[in-house]
Amino acid sequence: MTIAMGSLKAGEPVFYLADEHEHADGDSTMLGFWIYLMSDCLIFAILFAVYGVLGGKYAAGPAPKDLFDLSLVAVNTSFLLLSSLTYGFAMLAMEKSRMAAMQGWLVVTGLFGLAFIGIELSEFAHLIHEGATPQRSAFLSCFFTLVGTHGLHVSFGLVWLVTLMIQVWRHGLIEANRRRLMCLSMFWHFLDVVWIGVFTFVYLMGMLR
Amino acid sequence: MSIDAHGHGEAGSGHHAGTRGGQLIGFSASVVLTALPFWLVISGVLVDKQVTALVIMALAAIQVVVHMIYFLHMNTRAEGGWSMMALIFTIVMVVIALSGSLWVMQHLTTNMMPMHEMGQTP
Repeated sequence: MTIAMGSLKAGEPVFYLADEHEHADGDSTMLGFWIYLMSDCLIFAILFAVYGVLGGKYAAGPAPKDLFDLSLVAVNTSFLLLSSLTYGFAMLAMEKSRMAAMQGWLVVTGLFGLAFIGIELSEFAHLIHEGATPQRSAFLSCFFTLVGTHGLHVSFGLVWLVTLMIQVWRHGLIEANRRRLMCLSMFWHFLDVVWIGVFTFVYLMGMLR
Repeated sequence: MSIDAHGHGEAGSGHHAGTRGGQLIGFSASVVLTALPFWLVISGVLVDKQVTALVIMALAAIQVVVHMIYFLHMNTRAEGGWSMMALIFTIVMVVIALSGSLWVMQHLTTNMMPMHEMGQTP
């Protein structure tokens, strides 16, 4: 704590606190995490811009119409949307300090996330098997980069989710764990927002080309 | 600073997690806003592809706002307004990055692509 010294004309120096009041532990975490998410948003914006520029450069290779299976994408989208809802329910359970219910909803969220990643990986494997690798064309390079970056985020979100479930299981719903779960909540919902952009601009618009 | 010091940071304080009703409203709206563009593209109801593209982009924009409000619980008061400021700044950056890239690269492809003519010059 900094102490600044002001002096009156004569006599005793007067000390006063130049610092702000005390901040509670983790007081600014939510804002800090939000700013991190905004910076992450910029990463995705640039990847979308790259896709917007290069998404039509097929190099005489396969186009979105030849590759994408929209029904699979629809299933994937619904999984991610449902996981957003179940995470929301987990947070509501947390507010009522119902730990078992919260852990249950987190398990469901994790399973939806896992299913999402599973479908995405199988889609990637299918594309690569057909020769539509990232090296094939500019379109495929930026497709794999954009969708892959999102998938990587979801994967790390899953690791985070499991970590927090263990934390809660061992230490209970302490203030620090509540804060961490709130951060993951923002992260998870943010990824769902990014996915709106992915399915609209990559998959749906791709089929319209 | 000290005025809003107690208005934020408490993880358990209502405005972060919203309500069950809010979650369900957001979810239902999202289901409609997701199903609609998929249906439009798969069925090809709107014959004009340009119109379809514009409609699904508009639906995506609406869905982003719905998610922001009902799932991320964004409002102008959270964190003393700084969340909203960060969001607005990011949106400005995203718009500049996206529109700028597309605009510049569009001009580059149209103006600098005559490869077949370059082959003829000695």
